[in-house]
Amino acid sequence: MDAVLDNYEMIGIAFATTILLFVFAGIGSLLLGGLLVTLRVGPVAVMRRTAATYVILVRNTPLLLILLFFSIAGPKIGINFQFVDIVISTGWGDIRMTNAFAGAVVGLTLYTASFVCEALRSGVNAVPLGQAEAARAIGLPFGGVMSNVVLPQAIRAALPPLASTMIALLKNTTVAISVLVLEAAYALKQLLDDNPGDRWWLLAAFAGIFVVLVEVVSFFSNRLERRWRIAR
Amino acid sequence: MSQSVLFDAPGPRTIRRHRVYTVLTLAAIAGAAAFAVYKLAEADQFAAEKWEVFTTPDYIEFILVDGLLETLKMAAGGIAGALVLGLVLGIGKLSDHRIVRVPCWAVVELFRAIPVLILMIFFFSVYGIYHGDTGSFWCVVWALSLYNGAVLAEVFRAGMLAVPTGQAEAAYAVGMRKSQVVSIVLLPQAVKIMIPAIISQFVVTLKDTSLGYAIAAPGLTAVARPIYLEFQNHVPVYIVIAAIYIAVNLILTAIAMFLQKRFVGEKKVLEVSMVGQADQTTV
Repeated sequence: MDAVLDNYEMIGIAFATTILLFVFAGIGSLLLGGLLVTLRVGPVAVMRRTAATYVILVRNTPLLLILLFFSIAGPKIGINFQFVDIVISTGWGDIRMTNAFAGAVVGLTLYTASFVCEALRSGVNAVPLGQAEAARAIGLPFGGVMSNVVLPQAIRAALPPLASTMIALLKNTTVAISVLVLEAAYALKQLLDDNPGDRWWLLAAFAGIFVVLVEVVSFFSNRLERRWRIAR
Repeated sequence: MSQSVLFDAPGPRTIRRHRVYTVLTLAAIAGAAAFAVYKLAEADQFAAEKWEVFTTPDYIEFILVDGLLETLKMAAGGIAGALVLGLVLGIGKLSDHRIVRVPCWAVVELFRAIPVLILMIFFFSVYGIYHGDTGSFWCVVWALSLYNGAVLAEVFRAGMLAVPTGQAEAAYAVGMRKSQVVSIVLLPQAVKIMIPAIISQFVVTLKDTSLGYAIAAPGLTAVARPIYLEFQNHVPVYIVIAAIYIAVNLILTAIAMFLQKRFVGEKKVLEVSMVGQADQTTV
């Protein structure tokens, strides 16, 4: 128990880093995933195939391999994030967002975007055919069909799979331990090495915080789902 | 194609515009590829000695035996444990007794919410450190069993609920007990529906074995390190390793799709509820 209470500052900083990873990669992957799904369902065959290939390749690669690529192989060919060096000082310690952090955000974004794309695509497929047909019948072009009729309904239908994807992203941020980002898993490993006697308390604390974070994400998704629900 | 409902058959002007888009996309892809090739060539990553290692029998054996085989062993161990655990928890969640149902539901929700890596690190500190080479191997297998067991519990539950209700009703009508209904009538039919979902979960497990890297477990991701340390071929080695993962996963996905078509039909994909959705329907 002492190991948890004595190190609350370190644990707090670690989870702040985890949440920052989640927020940045979440926003990035929603944007990139939105772009991918537009290409994926659009009328231009080459764009469709490009997006599909991206999704297939990235989905079948382990996330860790992508992160390691940016951390180990990337710098050898001039891909690095040395220009990122932000330190947020708080009362509990510094939150360091350095090149390792930026690399992890980019890796998580690229990986999660492929799942966001698939979630949104399942939403597009869930919109009744008549909706798109009616939109075309009144003369809307592809852009209008998508932005005014299909996407607003698709996002509602895609909300549950999107929420699952975001929860997976939250849990996947722990993978950044292998590229030396000081996030939750990293803190757990250090604390376990230093306080082997308190390991069950440490597990309970870290697992508990993750359960709470997951429940928060799923709570907001349920709220959104209820608010956006439309009577059919 | 289902997408074609989103747009009309293109007219002459649209066809011209699409042609422009096509050319632009191709140019962007070609540009990105050329840039990547330029960067690789600049860093001398195309030199024959950096790729030669992947045609050397000793190293092919090293990658396949110490890498791929270990990865497959961990994934198989993980999914085997997950099947047992998932079956127990899945049936437990469908129990008529609160005292069985609620703990099973809690265990499933807990292990679906904890990141696998946290479990691996914990097992490593309890067991792995003290058991040398095989220690981290088993930590990976146990962590994957627990996490995927919780996921498969949902698959089993959803699979059994997907069996038409008439089947269970008919079985009760001929006087079967609940245990008989589940084991003789529901499970055999549910397995058919669940096989594709189980194989998809195997793909997830296979990708997750790479997380063992953080606790020095063997596997495909781990074999990259000795190779790039020896040959300084950081980029080629990750390209090759990623290609192996992708190939294995695509084969597994193809098998899953074949079985899906064979057993279930293309339309009906098993829907599994997400974490945090308390859903306690019983048979």
